Amino acid sequence: MPSYSIEVNGKPQTVQVDADTPLLWVLRDTLDLVGTKFGCGIGQCGACTVHMDGNAIRSCSFPVSAVGDKKITTIEGIDEGHPLKEAWRAMDVPQCGYCQAGQIMTAAAMLESNPNPTEEQIEATMSGNICRCGTYLKIKAAIKAS
Amino acid sequence: MTSIKTSYNRRSFLKVSAAAGGGLLISFNWLSACSPEKKEVLPALPPADAWYEMNAFLTIANNGEVSIQSPNPEIGQNVKTSMPMIVAEELDVDWEKVTVVQAPFDAVLYKRQVAGGSQSIRQGWKGLRTAGATARAVLVQAAAQQWKVTEASCSTENGFVYNDKGEKLSYGDLAVAAAALPLPEDVTLKDPSTFKIIGKSKKNVDLNKILAGEHLYGIDTKKEGMVHAVVLRPPSFGLKLDGYDDAEALKVEGVQKTIKFGDKIAVLANSTWAAIKGQKKLQPKWRAENNQLESTVEHDQKMRALLDKKSTDPKRSDGNVKSAMDGAESIVERTYEAPFLPHNCLEPMNFFADVTDEQVYLLGPIQTPEWTRSKVMALLDRPEEDIKIDMTRMGGGFGRRLYGDFVLEAAEISNLCKKPVKLVFTREDDMTAGTYRPASKYKFRAALKEGKMTAYHLTGVGINMNNATRQDNFPAAAMANYLVEAHNLESNITTGAWRAPITNFLAFAEQSFLDEVAAQLGQDPVDFRLSLMEQAKNNPTGTLDYDVDKFVGVIKLAAEKSNWRNKSKNTFKGFSAYYSHNTYVAEVAEVVVVQNEIKVTNVVCAVDCGIVVNPDAAINQIQGGVIDGVGHALLGNFEFVNGTPQHTNFDKYKLIRMNEAPNVDVHFVASSNDPTGLGEPSLPPAGGAVANAIHAATGKRLYKQPFKAEMIDLG
Repeated sequence: MPSYSIEVNGKPQTVQVDADTPLLWVLRDTLDLVGTKFGCGIGQCGACTVHMDGNAIRSCSFPVSAVGDKKITTIEGIDEGHPLKEAWRAMDVPQCGYCQAGQIMTAAAMLESNPNPTEEQIEATMSGNICRCGTYLKIKAAIKAS
Repeated sequence: MTSIKTSYNRRSFLKVSAAAGGGLLISFNWLSACSPEKKEVLPALPPADAWYEMNAFLTIANNGEVSIQSPNPEIGQNVKTSMPMIVAEELDVDWEKVTVVQAPFDAVLYKRQVAGGSQSIRQGWKGLRTAGATARAVLVQAAAQQWKVTEASCSTENGFVYNDKGEKLSYGDLAVAAAALPLPEDVTLKDPSTFKIIGKSKKNVDLNKILAGEHLYGIDTKKEGMVHAVVLRPPSFGLKLDGYDDAEALKVEGVQKTIKFGDKIAVLANSTWAAIKGQKKLQPKWRAENNQLESTVEHDQKMRALLDKKSTDPKRSDGNVKSAMDGAESIVERTYEAPFLPHNCLEPMNFFADVTDEQVYLLGPIQTPEWTRSKVMALLDRPEEDIKIDMTRMGGGFGRRLYGDFVLEAAEISNLCKKPVKLVFTREDDMTAGTYRPASKYKFRAALKEGKMTAYHLTGVGINMNNATRQDNFPAAAMANYLVEAHNLESNITTGAWRAPITNFLAFAEQSFLDEVAAQLGQDPVDFRLSLMEQAKNNPTGTLDYDVDKFVGVIKLAAEKSNWRNKSKNTFKGFSAYYSHNTYVAEVAEVVVVQNEIKVTNVVCAVDCGIVVNPDAAINQIQGGVIDGVGHALLGNFEFVNGTPQHTNFDKYKLIRMNEAPNVDVHFVASSNDPTGLGEPSLPPAGGAVANAIHAATGKRLYKQPFKAEMIDLG
């Protein structure tokens, strides 16, 4: 089985998995970083969103072999004092909570490139992430407050 | 103040008392069975080094920290926070000193450990209050004994007992003595007007774990020696497994073996991904039995035929509908149609099982642990005491996790392979092996005469629904001539409860129909409903199971908050009101038409759910329920062809997203009544409010969900 050296949350990791293994399952099963969630497996729900060199990607459909030397950040690598996490706390956003890591990762990448998004830009970016409980209003309010 | 008997807790108390050999000092050994989940240690408190059990819900440490067992499964409805709030309120303790623990499944200690029917708070209310009040009573008794004063001269506040000289003792100091005292026969509950925790928003107790990405959900389970299982199930309802070839599957690196059980094949592997790949490489042979492959087209034909059939056993019949119809000036007849719906919890079905000769250990997301235990006992032929179930936080429930089919699968696989197993569904598995919201149809007929509705006739038909109606709901009792009939259509497609069962569509149909009847009578939709309520109040026909005053309260509040009487030029409003799960909800949807596209911009929602325990979380539930209702009314569609679901993932199956979600403006009726359901009741009225607003905007009535399909020619 091939071996891949990847950097996750600032830590170098070497994993022995098949080349086609989605980054999601490397994170969850191999590295035990379970904050990144499995929702659909086809990049449609956003629950598995992580950052690769600061850009939001869908880890469920991104093979580990394509990561190379790009830096991966997961929800565990987002500081607990990050303005988005603070806002999520202040608004008490989650219901079931399952999608929230993906929501925060998508929002964090957006705010990196566009610190003051308009409501339309927030909606356009965040509409790639499903919240089955329908916490969209709180998510939007938390992003605006960040 | 309410004085109530404490029998609920006495049973818990006696059991614990016996287990602890007469004493109630609970050592760390006991706690290891359900260790309090770590919370940031409060700087002012010394570390807790002894915990004392007050009852099954409560332990108090010598430093004053309190650990509360939250009894019910958490599916996102906030019970893990709001149920302990009720205990803490009656204990009269500082919420900051409370740590919440998910209680183990124990039907003797905790009674109804179910997430379903929006009943956790309503049915738990009295028991939770009693648990807190009982502990407070023995703490007061312990303090009174120490001071040699009467209990009546003592009071409590924020974790301290005070006497009339102004001296105080902390709960932590009193816990050891209190735990040894017998339980009082009666306890006094607080006057709701003095509540300090209930009614004040408290943050989700799992919030920091969710944000940190900690292990929290069933799918996050990892245990020593665990194998990953993914199961291949029949792709169509009605297919049987006729053998399979697993040669290619076994070539996948990491796949250990395959196991056939029933008409299913489990792939066991070292990782989830290997199991998924193995599942795709299986080559099964499926066999269709005669006429077992059903399609939506045939269901529709059969259900439409049933709508015209007279029932020999009406669900309710008041007055004489036939003669009122015969004597009517006009009759309005409309039929409404709903598709199947999958639940699509974002966390796919999964469960951990470790079946050994000694024990059957089950861990994961389940709304019904007690019911599931009985099924596992029957499946594995094991006695009750062998089975232990622990509940994880759930990534959504919506009714799907009422059905423990995935628990049974995990238990059976573990039993066959003799290893601990974590079973995970892919999204395709989850949508293909569902227990769907059944497809249903409703036909309404109303007789109109002299400006009034003089008869009301509803016929409902649903797949595996037995009775697709709620015959005693409004407008029952408001109509002198009232007839409700129901027919069932049997199917081999598995169906079950889906958030607000039956009413999730019936409410849309009824509220759309009443809107149309009001229009035909030339009456304002709100005034029309109020006139029916007046009839039910002053001159009811037969029994009624709703409270007219509460119903009128939410109707008026929604009308007021939405400025119903003030029509605006570009925003169009639709009204709807429904009573379900013991809660009254009225909604006004607002839509705008932009470039021939209809957008639902806002829903004003008035709710009477009695006392609101955790207001921010309650608003979150209501907003989510409305958005869920709007989303599925607009988008939800699920069809079968020859037993095969036509949509199996989110590329084709559409769920509402942020850009389509309306604002939801929530207003509660101020109340000191005991709390009622909240997880479901805001969903049923949403579809009707939107449909009625779309009619106001376009003149077009919608009779079939999802609306998007019918809305193409609007604008």
